[in-house]
Amino acid sequence: MHSFWIIFKQAFMTKAKTKSFIITTLIVVAAFFLLANVSNIISIFDGEEAEENVLHVLDQTTGLVPDLQAQFDLMDSGIKTVPTYLTEEELQESIAEGTIDDYLVLTKNGELGARYVSESANELGSGIEIENAVQAVHTALTAESLGLDDNEVGQLFMPVEFDRQAISESSKSQEELSQARGLVYVLIMLIYVAVIYYPNMIAMEVATEKSSRVMEILISSVSPVKHMFAKIAGIGSLGILQMMIFGLAGYFAIKTAGTDLTEGFFSVMGFSELKISTFLFAILFFLLGYFLYAVLAALLGSLVSRTEDVQQLMLPMMILIIIGSLIAFSGISIPEARYVTISSFIPFFAPLVMFLRVGMLDLPLWEPLVSIAIMLATIGVLGWFGARVYRGGVLMYGSSQSLKDIRKAIRLGNSK
Amino acid sequence: MALYVEQATKKFGDFTAVDNLSLSIEEGGMHGFLGANGAGKTTTFRMILGLLDPTHGTVRWKGNPITYANSPEIGYLPEERGLYPKMKVEEQLVYLAQLRKMSKADAKRETAAWLERFEVPHYRQKKVEELSKGNQQKIQLIASLLHKPSLLILDEPFSGLDPVNVEMLKGAILDFQKQGATIVFSSHRMDHVEELCDDMSILDRGKVVVGGSIREVKRSFGKQKVRLNMNADLSQLSAVAGVDHFTKTKDGALFQVADETVAQVLLAKAMDLGTLRHFAIEEPSLEEIFIAKVGKNYA
Repeated sequence: MHSFWIIFKQAFMTKAKTKSFIITTLIVVAAFFLLANVSNIISIFDGEEAEENVLHVLDQTTGLVPDLQAQFDLMDSGIKTVPTYLTEEELQESIAEGTIDDYLVLTKNGELGARYVSESANELGSGIEIENAVQAVHTALTAESLGLDDNEVGQLFMPVEFDRQAISESSKSQEELSQARGLVYVLIMLIYVAVIYYPNMIAMEVATEKSSRVMEILISSVSPVKHMFAKIAGIGSLGILQMMIFGLAGYFAIKTAGTDLTEGFFSVMGFSELKISTFLFAILFFLLGYFLYAVLAALLGSLVSRTEDVQQLMLPMMILIIIGSLIAFSGISIPEARYVTISSFIPFFAPLVMFLRVGMLDLPLWEPLVSIAIMLATIGVLGWFGARVYRGGVLMYGSSQSLKDIRKAIRLGNSK
Repeated sequence: MALYVEQATKKFGDFTAVDNLSLSIEEGGMHGFLGANGAGKTTTFRMILGLLDPTHGTVRWKGNPITYANSPEIGYLPEERGLYPKMKVEEQLVYLAQLRKMSKADAKRETAAWLERFEVPHYRQKKVEELSKGNQQKIQLIASLLHKPSLLILDEPFSGLDPVNVEMLKGAILDFQKQGATIVFSSHRMDHVEELCDDMSILDRGKVVVGGSIREVKRSFGKQKVRLNMNADLSQLSAVAGVDHFTKTKDGALFQVADETVAQVLLAKAMDLGTLRHFAIEEPSLEEIFIAKVGKNYA
């Protein structure tokens, strides 16, 4: 046990002290604060632009510009109308010269009409706002001419109540889904990055030790299996520490953001429902996913003789993770799809996909438990298999670096 | 016998890397392994270290098989240098010694002492990759014996070193032997084995072709050389019965003879030819024995 802790400590400390590790951690923490405050930051820029958001109106009606302005104010669009007395040709020239971005022509030949002219199609986004405002002016005018009072107009435009409800027990209402979605999304992202990042670290470490031949000294001191698991545990602890830093940073970033993250973008990607169980499952699935892929990575790392070859051998493993992430990310919007359900029980996808289901749906407890049991069994089998490959692999030097070497490594490990 | 290898054979598939190798080394002895690349030296060492199990045969250290239980008693210097390139010298020496169950405080103290002895105390906080090859080799040797092993296995400890450093490392290894350690080492250089070892083995394609105490090996090799320095023409002496080979040298001639009685005959005949300045019976060098036994394709 003594040497286990020495290797554990060494794996943890040497990595924790590297510049790249410290810098990565700091950057991610900074990114969290930036993201949490993104709506504040956007509003700062929006605020500035609102001042310049001037719409020139060529009014060929009987003075409807103030009514239009009233509608813009109601819609809180930040558009300022300015009546213009230039001709259309002159306005078009101004656009060409770049002194104005766009203009609106209001006409009234019986019905109210409008034409919006802008330099490029990019401006058309605000076209919808303008259309809505013109429509509102038109409605008011028509109502007036029909002799309807405000109350009657109000009734006419009352929106219907449209509520979505799902009857499956595990399913949450759309609103609930939206509330959980943001958190689950971020946590899946973290698990995804973690099961790529840390196992890669292990494969590189093992390959470095092998290529620098320090491995021969190591495994003549302690058994390769102990060495492998101590290393996996050491880097895993480092991963937990880093994830905890990220988690705390994320939590404080949201808390200090000054917005409750429920508006706009966050109405679909919500953070309003921060359930402790979601975090606990995230940690659990992170650990399971990590161990699963770390054992695989150590196995693969033990097969190469040069660090340059690591990436090549890691490719099949990376593809597994990427497929899992694609299923999980697509499942964010349809967590009840059949393919999501099935893949949540496949061990290599389960860390991401089962977490998605646990986070988004109210699953009966047996489902995640079965998935976890399957993963644990897989980790056990891989650990046993990996240890056998590892034992032989670390002694094997040669130019070949394909998966065929697994057989050679086992034979060498066995004959040992 | 402290280290005892009995009829060890190691096969990889159809390939026999080590064939029926037997070896015994007394406690405190130094045994040299000579052999071309691929002769089976490293495989033999790996079997002794317990990294590989022999297909047949046994390895015993003080009566016990070598496992991770007695690994703290063993030190190893691998042929290809094995250190963490990015780790600092002291940090890694202490780490490797700790893995062999040495306490951290002891490891630090010993590291300082060894760095001092090898005249490189200022490398303590340097990364290994920043060191020259010769200095890395010093660190490598320290890594193998820092934890005071009783069995030290050195695979090519002197390769790539300049003569000054070779002498320094030789001295350290001899001192370590005097403290009671049993040492096995391999070398390409016959003179190193000749100088340091009492016993040796020459390996060729997995087999021990010559083995035993160096003195015995030389005597039983049978061929001895007689050096005669004189001005007379010595070529006529090549016809003497028992002379296998005759070489003319700058000062006289060198005869390869079957045994010592031929040397006496040569001496008598030479004295008839004129004034003899120098007469000597020379033992064969290990190099000659090696070439005779393994073949000339060896540098």
